[in-house]
Amino acid sequence: MNTQQSDPSHQAPIKNGDVVFLSQMSAGQKGEIVKLIGEGEIGQRLLEMGLTVGASIEVVRFAPLGDPLDIKIRGYHLSLRRHEAEAIRVRLC
Amino acid sequence: MTNNTIFQEKKTLWVALAGNPNSGKTTVFNALTKLRQKVGNYPGVTVEKKVGRMVFAGERIVNILDLPGTYSLAVRSPDEEVARDVLLGNIPGTPVPDLVVCVVDASNLERNLYLVSQIQDLGLPIVVVLNMMDTAGKQGKEIDVERLARGLGVAVVTTVASREQGIDQLKQAIVHPMEIQLQRQWRLPEQMEKEMEQLIRILMEEGLNQRVAFSEALILIAKEDLSLMNSTKLSFLGTQKVQECIGEIRKNLNAAGINWRSAAIEARYSWIQNILKDVVYQIHEIKVSLTDRLDSILTHRIWGWMIFVGLMSLMFFTIFSVATYPMNWIDNLFTQLANGIKAVMPAGDLRDLMTDGVIAGVGGIVVFLPQILILFFFIGLLQDTGYMARAAFIMDRVMSQAGLHGKSFIPLLSSFACAIPGIMASRSIESNKDRLVTILIAPLMSCSARLPVYSLLIATFIPVASPFQKAGIMLCMYFLGIVGAFGVALILKKTLFKRQTPVLIMEMPPYRWPSLKSIVLHMWERSYLFLKKAGTIIFGLSIVLWALMTYPKHDGLSPEESLQKSFAGMAGRTLEPVIKPLGYDWRIGIGLIGSFAAREVFVSTMNIVFNIDASQEQVQPLRDAFLKARWPDGQRLFTPLVCISLMVFYVFAMQCLSTVAIVSRETNSWRWPVFQIFYMTGLAYVMAFIVFQGGRLLGW
Repeated sequence: MNTQQSDPSHQAPIKNGDVVFLSQMSAGQKGEIVKLIGEGEIGQRLLEMGLTVGASIEVVRFAPLGDPLDIKIRGYHLSLRRHEAEAIRVRLC
Repeated sequence: MTNNTIFQEKKTLWVALAGNPNSGKTTVFNALTKLRQKVGNYPGVTVEKKVGRMVFAGERIVNILDLPGTYSLAVRSPDEEVARDVLLGNIPGTPVPDLVVCVVDASNLERNLYLVSQIQDLGLPIVVVLNMMDTAGKQGKEIDVERLARGLGVAVVTTVASREQGIDQLKQAIVHPMEIQLQRQWRLPEQMEKEMEQLIRILMEEGLNQRVAFSEALILIAKEDLSLMNSTKLSFLGTQKVQECIGEIRKNLNAAGINWRSAAIEARYSWIQNILKDVVYQIHEIKVSLTDRLDSILTHRIWGWMIFVGLMSLMFFTIFSVATYPMNWIDNLFTQLANGIKAVMPAGDLRDLMTDGVIAGVGGIVVFLPQILILFFFIGLLQDTGYMARAAFIMDRVMSQAGLHGKSFIPLLSSFACAIPGIMASRSIESNKDRLVTILIAPLMSCSARLPVYSLLIATFIPVASPFQKAGIMLCMYFLGIVGAFGVALILKKTLFKRQTPVLIMEMPPYRWPSLKSIVLHMWERSYLFLKKAGTIIFGLSIVLWALMTYPKHDGLSPEESLQKSFAGMAGRTLEPVIKPLGYDWRIGIGLIGSFAAREVFVSTMNIVFNIDASQEQVQPLRDAFLKARWPDGQRLFTPLVCISLMVFYVFAMQCLSTVAIVSRETNSWRWPVFQIFYMTGLAYVMAFIVFQGGRLLGW
């Protein structure tokens, strides 16, 4: 399965300003949420936990087995599965 | 409108304690109520109801209701639903709170204040407790509490509940609440405020007060699936009129470019951010916090694993070795008690009932208390320090393959020692379905009660076994249990609990020093509940089982023959045709019947069946008897294949009344424990059948 760090051969080089899925980001990258592709209840839950449009988000690390991810949002740490992270679009900065 | 005059006149106050998980709410509750607490259940749901009496010098009675920790009141989980219902006064037997104390984690203000804003919407008087001020300090933050209070429009008290700081001020604030702003402090986008008015009016016509109507309207407007509005308490919400109104509002909002799914949530956070920008000051920049540094090791690809495996092994080692001392001590205690009764009471049925029925039965579960206490201690420690979330984080990938939650890991792991603390620990799983699946499969993790059975059977089928062989076979049994558990979890997810996309979304709190007081209190509380529930049921059923094995009586028979002629014996004979395909005869049948109460009873029952002097602690005499046992036609009863088949049966069968009792308590129904008994026993039968018949076919 995917290793922690993004493998350059699998993705086009990501630069500031690009808009990607949260699940595509690598450890240490930061960004700003631009869109939530909400899936009903999960989408609402993510919003309530503070993942709203405009909020700053940082991917801190991935779990030893590659999933879930540990993100920093509104000053606290939240762990999300990749599947859940696919609901969030982020502009890198 | 001020509540103050009414408040001052009331003799008994009801205070609800609300807050996010990990905000230290329980510590605040413990500090306010000390040991004056009672745990029960809300009617009809699996959520625990915890009430305590506040300790303070005054004439009034202040009852504190510890609501379940929630991130929101938006009714997405049973916990949230109950919290909301309590605040709305919708729960029979639980009065509307006179005051809500909102515990907020000072190091995590933004998200914590979200819940506060929701509670404020309801129009109830609030006191905000800024807890964990020490953590905020360590993060280099300084908080202008005055300004925060003004911005929120409520009284704010600061505490470090784990050190009992600020508790007296909190008690004062509870008993003498200040005049507060009951008006809603935050605003939706103007267009939305206007649109919502129609819906609010409709709800008010149905009898809701304005504040509650607003709150309900917000929930309704954002609800994705309007067809699921079967909230039995407010059934009018599903009506045509309401649905049409909602449709209309959404259309208008879409036209105005307002996202009806997220607008309210975003508006709340905007309001919160606006207040906090002048309230929280970062006085020193903390580049990398202690938590971050610890996490980089504890969730490291290599080190993280090693430490994790090390910690789990330590937990296990402690349970299986350290616990044996008190366990033997308790065992002796009960034996002494039985001997004492034998000496004092005249021989006869009543005496036998006491010694072989009640004392043996109840003693059989009390002996597990040390293991249970140690497990609760570890679980409490892991939870309080914050490591539990990391364990779930590490194991989630594996667990989700079986449709389970990362948080299921510790409950399932604990079940290897004893399923009872494991099942009780599954409370940490928010999703009801995930929690239920965890509870249903927990007993498949081979618990320590199975060890005596495994030992006996392994000794029977490999008379001279090296420790490696013994360990190897035991491991196979454990492995079988794990595979079974995951298999069942997958099947359950695909059948009974379908349409559930597994959701993690789990907070990882900062690491904190554990509060030993809290942990011990928690241990005590859980163990007491276990003893009470299991004790009463075991007590009753021990008597029944003893009676089944004793009556009807016939004079002049050996113990072996008496057992044969008893109800249990007759049941064993009746059972024989059913269990013969598994390779068992009526004698094993009796053992199985006895084991229904507790697995290890198999050994003592077999002692009676084969007329072994049970004062010998050795397995040898019984093992020898097993080897000599024959079918009527002269064939050996305990062939190696039969031994394995029996062990496999024990891996899967539900044979523990204490567990049944605890499951019924945790699921607040009898449906699930009964289902569990049926599916597990069925599975045990099928697996043992496959093993035995399959083995026969292969010529063993």
